[in-house]
Amino acid sequence: MTLRDIINKLLGRQQASASTARERLQLVLAHDRSDLSPELLDQMRQEILEVVAKYVEIDMEEGAVSLETEDRMTALVANLPIKRPLPSLSSSTDD
Amino acid sequence: MATNTRIILICSGKGGVGKTTLTANLGIALARQGVRTAVLDADFGLRNLDLLLGLENRIVYTAQEVLEESCRLDQALVKHKQEPNLALLPAGNPRMLDWLKPDDMQRIVAMVAEQFDYVLIDCPAGVEDGFKNAVSASKEAIVVTNPEVSAVRDADRVIGLLNTHEIKPVHLVLNRVRPKMIASQEMLSVDDVTDILALPLLGLVLEDEQVIVSTNRGEPLTLTGSNSPAARCYSNIAKRMQGEDIPLIDPAKEGSGMRDKFRRLMQTKIF
Repeated sequence: MTLRDIINKLLGRQQASASTARERLQLVLAHDRSDLSPELLDQMRQEILEVVAKYVEIDMEEGAVSLETEDRMTALVANLPIKRPLPSLSSSTDD
Repeated sequence: MATNTRIILICSGKGGVGKTTLTANLGIALARQGVRTAVLDADFGLRNLDLLLGLENRIVYTAQEVLEESCRLDQALVKHKQEPNLALLPAGNPRMLDWLKPDDMQRIVAMVAEQFDYVLIDCPAGVEDGFKNAVSASKEAIVVTNPEVSAVRDADRVIGLLNTHEIKPVHLVLNRVRPKMIASQEMLSVDDVTDILALPLLGLVLEDEQVIVSTNRGEPLTLTGSNSPAARCYSNIAKRMQGEDIPLIDPAKEGSGMRDKFRRLMQTKIF
């Protein structure tokens, strides 16, 4: 955030358009590069959550799966807060 | 045969970002440095390189007749009068698009490369057959883009395709840069674009009305020895291509008045 952004925010003005352009580009390029449509990404996110939920209890509300891009490398980033391991699984490993 | 001929594709994906203008100006600038340079119009559908170079009335044969073997290559090459180190191989009839294949393009570029140190290929816009033909004959590439979302997005797509065709190296030219708009943060900065596209920057070209004047006349800025902002940028790029170490213009540091200093202060990153 730059000095101008802060002043704009204080005055309730729209932020300068260059940062909007940057954010929009980063998002659209992450999708272009992975060749995944938003629907497919959503489907994948759902399936990843289901698989993980088989092993640990996760916070479905907080979980996020997104595409991030840096230096022409696109990464699938999953951030899934774990509440606790599933009781059925942990008891079997205790034996 | 000149085996170390540099065969450079000048491409952008999006149309109208300045491929042909860059090709014409670099062609002249390189020729003025004494290297034998050929510019090849690979935009068979919408050819314009002849017009920007002011050679439109001197075309007799084109790439089409050379490929059909109804003329020799040197009959088709149009030598620039003021800059004899530069020659244009004009694009043929748009109907060529019906039969032209990557093999044809490779054949004609190989013929041209025998006689020149540089072959600059003016690529058509888009990523379809015209682009694929041109890529197949190229060794390296310059991607031209503007600091605008659509141009950067299309450039990114083209860079991906150049990578799959194993074109190396690929350099970036950022065209139509407006320092004042960057300063007021209403235009993507040079760093924004190079970060997003992750390509080494060969140079930037400042927005300049003289470009339009020069195309009206068919005399590229680098030909007339103009000292306008874009002319300096183009010749700097040509010098860097020849290995000279010319520092980049920093658009943020253009201008030294109070107003410019204030603009720079407003750009300071706080967090």
